[in-house]
Amino acid sequence: MWDYTKKVYEHFKNPKNVGEIENPDAVGEIGNLVCGDALRLTLKIEKETEKILDAKFKTFGCVSAIASSSALTELIKGKTLKEAVKTTNEEIAEYLGGLPPEKMHCSVMGMEALQAAEKDYRGIKVENPANEIKEKIVCKCFNVSESRILKAIESNDIKTVEEVTNYTKAGGGCGKCKGEIENIINGYWAKKEQKKFSSMTVVEKIKYIENVLSEKVNPKLKKDGGWVELVDLDGNNVKVRFMGVCSGCPSSGQTLKNVVEKELREKVDKNLNIQAE
Amino acid sequence: MKKEKVVYLDNNATTKVAEEVVCEMQPFFTELYGNPSSMHYFGGRVQEYLDIARLRVANLLGAKPEEIIFTSCGTESDSTAILSAIKANPEKKHIITTSVEHPGVLNVCKYLESSKSYKITYLSVDKEGRINLDELKGAINEHTAIISIMWANNETGVIFPVEEAAKIAASRNILFHTDAVQATGKIPIDLKNSKIDMLSISGHKIHAPKGIGALYIKKGTMFSPFLLGGHQEKGRRAGTENVPYIVGLGMAAELAEKNLKKENSYVKKLRDKLEKGIIKTIENVRVNGGGAERLPNSLNISFEYVEGESILIFLSEKGICASSGSACTSGSLDPSHVLLAMRVPLTFAHGSIRFSFSVYNTEEDVDAVIKELPEIIKKLRVISPFAEGKPLFGEECSVEHKH
Repeated sequence: MWDYTKKVYEHFKNPKNVGEIENPDAVGEIGNLVCGDALRLTLKIEKETEKILDAKFKTFGCVSAIASSSALTELIKGKTLKEAVKTTNEEIAEYLGGLPPEKMHCSVMGMEALQAAEKDYRGIKVENPANEIKEKIVCKCFNVSESRILKAIESNDIKTVEEVTNYTKAGGGCGKCKGEIENIINGYWAKKEQKKFSSMTVVEKIKYIENVLSEKVNPKLKKDGGWVELVDLDGNNVKVRFMGVCSGCPSSGQTLKNVVEKELREKVDKNLNIQAE
Repeated sequence: MKKEKVVYLDNNATTKVAEEVVCEMQPFFTELYGNPSSMHYFGGRVQEYLDIARLRVANLLGAKPEEIIFTSCGTESDSTAILSAIKANPEKKHIITTSVEHPGVLNVCKYLESSKSYKITYLSVDKEGRINLDELKGAINEHTAIISIMWANNETGVIFPVEEAAKIAASRNILFHTDAVQATGKIPIDLKNSKIDMLSISGHKIHAPKGIGALYIKKGTMFSPFLLGGHQEKGRRAGTENVPYIVGLGMAAELAEKNLKKENSYVKKLRDKLEKGIIKTIENVRVNGGGAERLPNSLNISFEYVEGESILIFLSEKGICASSGSACTSGSLDPSHVLLAMRVPLTFAHGSIRFSFSVYNTEEDVDAVIKELPEIIKKLRVISPFAEGKPLFGEECSVEHKH
């Protein structure tokens, strides 16, 4: 038998906020019948303040899925949408006094339902993550994408395939994707443990900056027909050159500040000074 | 622990040890504790009790005593049978079994498939959980070393035509094994004129304790032991005999033989009453395997739009013990492989509950379930987003779900 806490049983037996809000301001739907659990979250939101006035849920699933849904609604009621959406699956599990490791995916489902509801409120089209089609699907049994696995690894400090399964279900069906999940974990941590910028050699620094420019900066600039190149690096001083339509564009100063500098400081080092040639 | 009224309806998981069995075993812990292999009178006289137990088990199965060896459990019997068969036919690299076997057989086959390059044919079942003997005939080839088909399924109680399957195997000179762990004591088994070569039974499903089983090996069957060591069981199963448990299994076998009629009248009546009672009081239910010939004690029933673990916990609150084929209860993430193989619709597959009876159940047990269950299902359907014909969001990905 599962080692559920008293709080889990309380929220299972007498769940709070069961039901559906009529004419809801936001709806979040997560999961499906295949996966064995599904959650429909409806919210009433005050327009001016974006305060969550009411939250109700309907859940198909096991004890921990129902308890997690109940906990979620209790956690977010009264908060502003902006605050609420920061709720992590860890917080949901903590609120319940913890969940068995194999059941952590139930708390993840709560978190994802809320994120889906927020997107719905803001008019962003949402795909039920269990139905992702465009993204690369790693686990075909449970339709789990690479980005969802990465998200779970990042927010829960995951080191093993088993943990990934506990949090996302990926790898819990036929198990054929376990090797791929392991690669994703290894790749994530290898990247994470990359040397700090300041202790890199000059060549490493240049390569790193060029990588960020091509991965993060230029895709944005290319939408407008321009791009940047790295010209020089002296200590923390980075010199770039605007190319294409950016070259000579009157608003390239703004671009330098809002895109190039922002990305480089965020992704490389916050002490960088960026200049354009 | 305080003693409370338990409505125990999980007898396919394990059973209560019968009082008569406990009594029979008692002296073998503190008085008759000798080792039957010893040369002195004190150990030697224990041997005769092993003989009695062997005779009792043989009688239950319509076998000869020398065709029975004692093992530690049904799983050991299964492993012994399959591994012995492939050792007897080292050049044959094909095994036929079903997709709905107990893990005791299924995982031995999967192991052989992945690490010993065996080819395994997993026979399919229809939507009622039945196998098709024509599929079996078609699957046999000159490389087939053994066919292993369970006598009755542990989850649904569906009975398989193993006698006929064994005849097909014999006509092609292929060894035939059956896992009869669930069938034993519930339906008549008579191996006298049967073509079955090996048959597994387990003690704790027939009111003996956990930790004892037996394997029937038809006289003349090529056999090689699984456990190696001493000469016990005529060299067919090494290890000092678990005397008290063997004695207990003997007694349980005798009781099972006596209770066989009761299983098919009294127990069946209780099961049928529960089945009818649930169908009458709860909407959108489905009896899994209901259209097939079933064990008299088993009922596997699904409740649409709700999940099994949640039902079990609410039942457990009321002192009612059952089990579920739901993913969440097992720790695996998929619903039962048996229900998936039967293509039970996914709206039902996660909400399956197995009630399994024994001769110790009463009418009050049935009444308790019929009284409590409708409220529980109603409560969970109020929570479920899918009930009352609400659209099944996320349905798209339910199309493909094969492993």
